[in-house]
Amino acid sequence: MLKTEHITKTFGSFQALQDVSLEVNEGEIFGFIGPNGSGKSTTIRILLGVLQATSGRAEIFGKDVWKDAVEIHKHLAYVPGDVHLWPNLTGGEVIDLFARLRGHKKPVDKDKWLERFDLDPTKKCRTYSKGNRQKVALVSAFTSQADLFILDEPTSGLDPLMERVFQESIRELSREGKSVLLSSHILSEVEKLCDRVAIIREGAIIETGSLEELRHLTRTQLLVEAKQPVTGLEAWAHELEETDGGLRIQVDTEQLDEVVRHLAGFGITKLESAPPTLEDLFMHHYERRGGGAS
Amino acid sequence: MKEQASRHTLELLRFYLRLDRIRLGIWLVALTFFTVIVPPAFLGLYESDQERQLMAETMENPAMTAMVGTGALDDYTIGAMTAHQMLLMTAVVAGVMIILLVTRHTRTDEEDGRTELIRALPVGRRAGVQAALLYTIITAVLLALFTGFGLYALQIDTLDFEGSLLYGAALGGTVLVFGGVTAAAAQLADTGRGTIGLSITVLLGAYVFRGVTDVTNETLSWLSPLGWVSKTDAYSSNAWLPILVMIAAALALAVAAGILQERRDLGGGLLPHRAGKANAASYLAHPAALVFRLQRTALITWGVGMFVLGVSYGSVLGDMEAFIEGNEMMAAVLDPTSDLSMTEQYLPMLIVVMSMMAAIPPIIAINRMRGEEQKGRLDPILARPVSRETVFGSYAGYAVLNMLLMLTVVGSGLFAAAAASMDDAFPFTMIWQAVLAYGAATALLLGLSLFLQGFFPRLLPLVWGYLLYSFVVVYLGSLFQFPEWVMNLSPFAHVPDYPVEEMAFLPILLLSGLALLLGGAGWAGFRKRDLEG
Ligand SMILES: Nc1ncnc2c1ncn2[C@@H]1O[C@H](COP(=O)(O)OP(=O)(O)OP(=O)(O)O)[C@@H](O)[C@H]1O
Ligand SMILES: [Mg+2]
Repeated sequence: MLKTEHITKTFGSFQALQDVSLEVNEGEIFGFIGPNGSGKSTTIRILLGVLQATSGRAEIFGKDVWKDAVEIHKHLAYVPGDVHLWPNLTGGEVIDLFARLRGHKKPVDKDKWLERFDLDPTKKCRTYSKGNRQKVALVSAFTSQADLFILDEPTSGLDPLMERVFQESIRELSREGKSVLLSSHILSEVEKLCDRVAIIREGAIIETGSLEELRHLTRTQLLVEAKQPVTGLEAWAHELEETDGGLRIQVDTEQLDEVVRHLAGFGITKLESAPPTLEDLFMHHYERRGGGAS
Repeated sequence: MKEQASRHTLELLRFYLRLDRIRLGIWLVALTFFTVIVPPAFLGLYESDQERQLMAETMENPAMTAMVGTGALDDYTIGAMTAHQMLLMTAVVAGVMIILLVTRHTRTDEEDGRTELIRALPVGRRAGVQAALLYTIITAVLLALFTGFGLYALQIDTLDFEGSLLYGAALGGTVLVFGGVTAAAAQLADTGRGTIGLSITVLLGAYVFRGVTDVTNETLSWLSPLGWVSKTDAYSSNAWLPILVMIAAALALAVAAGILQERRDLGGGLLPHRAGKANAASYLAHPAALVFRLQRTALITWGVGMFVLGVSYGSVLGDMEAFIEGNEMMAAVLDPTSDLSMTEQYLPMLIVVMSMMAAIPPIIAINRMRGEEQKGRLDPILARPVSRETVFGSYAGYAVLNMLLMLTVVGSGLFAAAAASMDDAFPFTMIWQAVLAYGAATALLLGLSLFLQGFFPRLLPLVWGYLLYSFVVVYLGSLFQFPEWVMNLSPFAHVPDYPVEEMAFLPILLLSGLALLLGGAGWAGFRKRDLEG
């Protein structure tokens, strides 16, 4: 469905992307996360064919994103994080215009989506708030019948209620077999929605995989209480913290088995384990910046 | 592949036309209206051949040529008069029109991210630029037809069919050329403001260059797009070659814009950007310093432009001196009893035009305040413990300094070039005083801008109309013999024409006082009104 191979992009002497390879499969919701300025939007704009990659290949629907942009865009919908519209047009007019430029006579189910997102289409764009402008772009995308949705922080201006509507809508899309590339800073949103995730940092993809796979690569948090004082954990534990009556430690998920065996000798009275949240994962990768592997 | 890149060009064109139907309509109607009211007025004022010929003779001097261009002065019919006096100026205004319109649909849309939304749709890569160029063509054709047939419809003897069409075609051709210039500039600059700045620089550069070459060596005027306008010689020899040159130039610019557009990334420009400083200098903490910093580039660019303008007009003075010495007729027109040199008697006319041009940058400086307000960039400044009064005052103070600087620079340019080219040069203080006196008139425009910004910000563009009005009455005043009050509505009419007239301080004080009053009222209004955003 969507595939990039070894994309690099330089702006003058600044290397914004290096060797970015991604693959989004049909029917998949793919999360794309990374710190500010890491290259998410740049990657997306290459996929949209508005920036030209310095090297590497990028394809959508098996077609080249730069050369066949027009063909690809017939079946693609895009929502940016910061939506600017024509101040003198109403939201409804913009949605109709976009549908027409897509080659449709009318947006499909426009009223239904306007209602779902609680958007008044008769107001001039100049008077919309940021969130409402974003809703215009979202409604336009959802009424487009596209097969692939590329969303760059699509919810950065939405309130929690609308955020939920958005999440439901995305799930519906995926049930219909559509694919979604979702870049977001709202990690809980990505965690709830996405089948697979890529983490990008300083222009390079540092991790890709399902959340399960990614969790495997990181640490699990354990809370241990035992009859005897627990010792000898230093070999495994990353962060060791005494709580009243117990210990809180983080261990590499790969070594969980060894750790539990070791703990068994101390007479465990309580053992809680929590999988890392995406946020932990993110922090884990983010904090490695500069310090090498920690 | 080719079709792909152009897909939906026509759809976008229709969209632009729909967005602009009122704006474009007003421009076209206004330009046509001001074109067709002139010949009947001339007909009323200059009935006999003698009167017209006398007018031609007062027109025949380097200062006038620099301002309005060359014309058929030896057979000064109503038609020749219209083409000589009006065509070039109308062409400049038509150029400004298309620069503003094309920028709206190219770089401004791109800067604001609207182009990205469009390009994410199945719309060809080149469709946007092509639609803007087609829009230019439609505007050009409409303007040419409206003005051409409008003039012919007056049924004045010397406004024949071919001449009228050519007159219209010269305006349309100017629209084509500057539409092309803007489309290309939109690829080079990476902001809407930069695109307008670059294109207007080309337009004013073409005007000033033509002014100098029309006086010194008319053949060289072929190098200026505005030179082509006068070279059509409409209603006299009717030369169509310049129209072909305009079309060719527009085509070349359009192709260049298309190629540049396809080669570059969306959002990027082709002009280099230097890396800025990471830390703000501590003086930036004060809003006045911030205002200055944000407009520094504009200040320098306009300063250079004003100096060039002063030099250009100053260089004409040398020709003027030589011309007057060899022309007895001129000596009769100018007051022979005056103890001023003849060149001095022409000085005020150049100075008033220069001072009107020098009013443009300070007015822009005040418009920036509204621009910042609309983009929501005043909010974070005002959210800090900075009062609205301080922000408003900073912009106002900066505008006044800007004005004084521009007047000084333009006067220095005039002085330098005059000193170099004349046998009998002017003292600097004389020029400087003459120029600065017009600061009072500009100050009134600034006061009015501040007043509108304080109370009715949406009416701020009216100030441009007022400046244009002032220009038109000065430019055409003697020609049309407007009633006194029409002239007096312009603040520039009240400034003494030093050194021809005595320096009178009363009108200067009155103008400045009124300016202060308006500005103060605006200041009070700005404290109370809602910010736009
Ligand atoms: N036109 C450009 N010229 C120069 N540098 C650019 C350009 N566009 C982006 N960059 C740089 O490329 C890097 C990646 O930017 P990008 O917008 O892709 O980040 P991002 O991951 O989307 O960040 P955010 O989360 O803040 O949206 C940044 O360092 C940015 O400064
Ligand atoms: Mg981004």
